[in-house]
Amino acid sequence: MVEWSEQERTIITSIFASLDYEDIGPKALSRCLIVYPWTQRYFGAFGNLYNAEAIKTNPNIAAHGIKVLHGLDRAVKNMDNIKATYAELSVLHSEKLHVDPDNFKLLSDCLTIVIAAKMGSSFTPEIQATWQKFLAVVVSALGRQYH
Amino acid sequence: MSLSGKDKAVVRAFWDKVGPKASDLGAEALGRMLTVYPQTKTYFSHWADVSADSAQVKKHGATIMAAVGEAVGKDDLVAAVSKLSELHAFKLRVDPANFRILAHNIILSMAMYFPADFTPEVHVSVDKFLQNLAWALSERYR
Repeated sequence: MVEWSEQERTIITSIFASLDYEDIGPKALSRCLIVYPWTQRYFGAFGNLYNAEAIKTNPNIAAHGIKVLHGLDRAVKNMDNIKATYAELSVLHSEKLHVDPDNFKLLSDCLTIVIAAKMGSSFTPEIQATWQKFLAVVVSALGRQYH
Repeated sequence: MSLSGKDKAVVRAFWDKVGPKASDLGAEALGRMLTVYPQTKTYFSHWADVSADSAQVKKHGATIMAAVGEAVGKDDLVAAVSKLSELHAFKLRVDPANFRILAHNIILSMAMYFPADFTPEVHVSVDKFLQNLAWALSERYR
């Protein structure tokens, strides 16, 4: 089981408490699709992804980015059992969506970059360490049910 | 994933903006790497203080970033960093996996310092450049 200190819990809950989902969600997902274009393979039904501008203004991508970001809320509320919390979502990503689990890390890196850009110097190295630890646990849980 | 003409132009243009802050960026990136990825501290056991705000870390971060800046705009990266590659391969013996880790922290620092300029389009070209640079840096390893 993953151990969280009081400080780490506070850091994670406070980042999410002040998170602008409508801004960060779309930015993180569109950045992922632009920086790692092969991830577009999962979004064939989302409309125009022909260039960076199209991706950045695509309303389906924006909506999905918000949805994915809210998906992290469950982990924040169940930090002591993220693995069990995401068991169902892991099965979904494996059996139904057929997402290569390596992609979870790519999206989580883009989310980290977007949050760092928003928070600036208040995204201290210690906060970065905690944030990346949190995302690593989420990424691991999402890949857990693949077989 | 080799650099296109467009990638090189984008990186050059971004470096024109970012270059003056290179020392700060380097210090920031190295300090973060040592804090967030503690295993990287193993290469600096000869330093008394490996915290993000130590003078040694800041100086070394600046040195690294200056070398990165030198490589911007060079068409033959392998030739450009050949001596540095030998240094990392035979003397420092840094596992090349760590180049990726440092690149992530360089990118993160760029996004922090230049949130408006570090657009996704700039991000992808810089990511490719750093990957190519890492590859060139590991050229002499074996």
